[in-house]
Amino acid sequence: MSPAPATEVPAGPPAASPASEPVVAMTGITIQFPGVKALDDVSLRLFPGEVHALMGENGAGKSTLIKALTGVYPYDAGTVTLAGVEQRFTSPADAQAAGISTVYQEVNLCPNLTVTENIVLGREPRRRGSIDKRASRERARRVLAELHLDIDPRSVLGSHPIAVQQLVAIARAVDTDARVLVLDEPTSSLDAGEVAELFRVVRSLRERGVAILFVSHFLEQVYEISDRMTVLRNGRLVGEHRTADLPRTELVRAMIGRELATLEDLERAAPRPVEDGAVPRLSASGLGRRGAVEPADVAVHAGRVVGLAGLLGSGRTELTRLLFGADRATAGRVEVDGRPVRLRSPRSAIAQGIAFLSEDRKGEGVVGDLTVRDNVLLALQARRGWLRPIPRKAGDEMVARYIRALDVRPADPGALLRNLSGGNQQKVLLARWLLTEPRLLLLDEPTRGIDIGAKAQIQELVARLASEGMSVVFVSAELEEVLRICDSVVVLRDRHVVADLDASDTSLDGVVDLIARGDTRD
Amino acid sequence: MTDTPAAARPRPATGLLDRARRSPVLWAVAALGVLLLFNAVANPGFFSLRIQDGHLFGNLVNVVKNVAPVLLIAVGMTLVIATRGIDLSVGAVLAISGSVAFTIVEGAADPSSGATAALAIGVAVAAGLVLGAWNGFLVSVVGIQPIIATLVLMTAGRGIAMLVTDGNIVTAENPVFDWLGGGFLLGLPVQVVITALVLLAVGVFTRRTALGVLIEAVGVNPAAARLAGVRARSITFTVYVFVALVAAVAGLMVTANVSAADANRAGLFIELDAILAVVIGGTSLAGGRYSLTGTVVGALILQTLTTTVLTMGLPDEYIRLFKAVVIIMVFLLQAPRVRAALRRRRRPGAAAPAGTAGSPATPGPVPPEPVRPPVPVPGTVPGRSAEQGVLR
Repeated sequence: MSPAPATEVPAGPPAASPASEPVVAMTGITIQFPGVKALDDVSLRLFPGEVHALMGENGAGKSTLIKALTGVYPYDAGTVTLAGVEQRFTSPADAQAAGISTVYQEVNLCPNLTVTENIVLGREPRRRGSIDKRASRERARRVLAELHLDIDPRSVLGSHPIAVQQLVAIARAVDTDARVLVLDEPTSSLDAGEVAELFRVVRSLRERGVAILFVSHFLEQVYEISDRMTVLRNGRLVGEHRTADLPRTELVRAMIGRELATLEDLERAAPRPVEDGAVPRLSASGLGRRGAVEPADVAVHAGRVVGLAGLLGSGRTELTRLLFGADRATAGRVEVDGRPVRLRSPRSAIAQGIAFLSEDRKGEGVVGDLTVRDNVLLALQARRGWLRPIPRKAGDEMVARYIRALDVRPADPGALLRNLSGGNQQKVLLARWLLTEPRLLLLDEPTRGIDIGAKAQIQELVARLASEGMSVVFVSAELEEVLRICDSVVVLRDRHVVADLDASDTSLDGVVDLIARGDTRD
Repeated sequence: MTDTPAAARPRPATGLLDRARRSPVLWAVAALGVLLLFNAVANPGFFSLRIQDGHLFGNLVNVVKNVAPVLLIAVGMTLVIATRGIDLSVGAVLAISGSVAFTIVEGAADPSSGATAALAIGVAVAAGLVLGAWNGFLVSVVGIQPIIATLVLMTAGRGIAMLVTDGNIVTAENPVFDWLGGGFLLGLPVQVVITALVLLAVGVFTRRTALGVLIEAVGVNPAAARLAGVRARSITFTVYVFVALVAAVAGLMVTANVSAADANRAGLFIELDAILAVVIGGTSLAGGRYSLTGTVVGALILQTLTTTVLTMGLPDEYIRLFKAVVIIMVFLLQAPRVRAALRRRRRPGAAAPAGTAGSPATPGPVPPEPVRPPVPVPGTVPGRSAEQGVLR
């Protein structure tokens, strides 16, 4: 395949707008978190009167970039200019005062106040020292009318569905005379009609010359609403494109296709053949959960690595959680070594020799205030029960062995886990599960958001474990990684399994094609 | 836990003294020391002990005797708080337990028999278990926030106690309760012995088994604990049952002390004292790591304060004022911001990495023990320590 596209020559301003000066220009933004570069030399330009989509998988740096723009995070290098003037916002309020408003997926307004109060909050018209309620209401009415929104300004915000609350948040942005509106995943919880209404308002703002930065992982919507897009991957800029010029497959490739360097020489393990008639270690048939993933079949044989590929929201994570009992399936059967089992909870899955590394490392993996030692021993101890503590000496030895084997740094069992870098935390969590001697390892995004060295170590570890007979389910947004590590690839799209492929005769382009269109059913 | 092999542990340059200075327990111990020192000067005779009929008497003995009910409850509260919870209903449970016990004794055919006392104690303790199970059910199964779930029983509990006693103050005489109230065992007040045994048992039970670590894991990150296979729900349920159990025992003590069950006043605000003791002892209301030693020191501080004010002949009203002053000083010394500021002043030139809390570290290994930045806790104002919320 061709080398990764370098940062392309920026596409010009949108044809619709004659303006040639960007209202916002972020240049060379770099943010360093402990152990990992969250953003590395990223640039973004927003022109007046355009809808600009910010694209990338989880961990690509979209949120971080938005937070750098709106003054939530300080950046270590780079500049932000607003209408040609360099700015350094120190708080969201700062950015808002300068004309940059942000609407989040979870509406950040006050649900217990009225629509009017929310729209004028902090800038209430006053008369003789007190708030002029009538003037407030008039102002809210005017703004809502401008956007053709039929919402009663006297109603309590919390009495409306999320979609309406988001529209009120946008109305508030209009009331502040925002020049730039950031919409962070506004459509995730909306139905089709609500999305249409939201887009109508977005278009009318575009006509008024507002620059709109739109973040969404729904490709359809991005292609419907956006004029241009900026694609990020792993904290780096992949490219800036006119939406019309970038075919969907190209976009998917840009988002997930290819690691830029360093990992390429890692050798592809020889494929592990499945003997005819071998009973799979785990097989799920018709396994699904209403609203999360449609019934799917998955089989994992001993010593095999099965990859789950798909975009965010495709059901790849949801399916993995069902295999661990982290969420309960509403349909389907699961067999382990040919025996039917019920995975009602993580405990029941653990009892079957299944281990699960969650994609949400911080929320569902790391027990930050405990030591590395306690974290490593946690799952094994939980399985033994509290009455049978792991003897201190045996525990010390096990922890020391895994710290060495996985190269955890610092090699200090007494360090609090919260103080380790992301990659080292991930190794500690892996150690936690390996200690339980699982026969099936479910890894959901094990290499996301960690530095490149740790990433390679974890990939090697997976290959080694499989060669020793462990079964692995490997979920990753990085297709290249999936194809390199896995023996077979299950492709998901829109909560459906659309293909189950042998990795050795599958190309990156083939999978990209399936993910983007999904018209090649098995 | 923290005692890992010294060889495997690259010590921060700071060393033992500095580590101790960061420990919140140390400040509580120091505060207790100052308090005792003050007494040594202001109240000569505060430390005098005498043995009479083989029993120990003196101000210090009074302190440990009077602290027994609060400390007993505080031990249970420590575990509840470690799971990120709180139990406001312990005072009500205490009142119910005392009321149930004395109503049984008063109504019995033979009020002074041992069998009556056994029945009364048994029923009172059983009532505690049921009430604890109710709290545990609301929190762990239904998933109601602990402060709300236990508020239910805090409010309703005294009403239940009133129903049990018909609104009267129930008085009764029974040798077993007299012994519990004023008796001695091994030369020490019975209540002190009971509390010490419970403390020891909890210490052994949580630290010699894996229970302590599992409780802490649930408190630090419930979701992660569940996915690791920890029975988070059962553990949460159990700590609420346990704290209600010790509250019931404390109810028997308090009632025995005055030979009367007062549904309205018995153990009033004891939940706040217990929570204070836990927090002064350095256990964070945000859950996670806990220290039983700290709780003991915290409870002793509260009780020593009370005893000090009383032995100085000051009116009751001063007790609360003094408590507030001492407590706010302990909290200030524990607050990460204040401590960071103190450290900076002490070493003006040394820009040690430990001093720059939360700043992005250099890539690679993170310094082993950076100062913990204040963790925002739901329900508290960021920037203030979580503990300060209790003062209101």
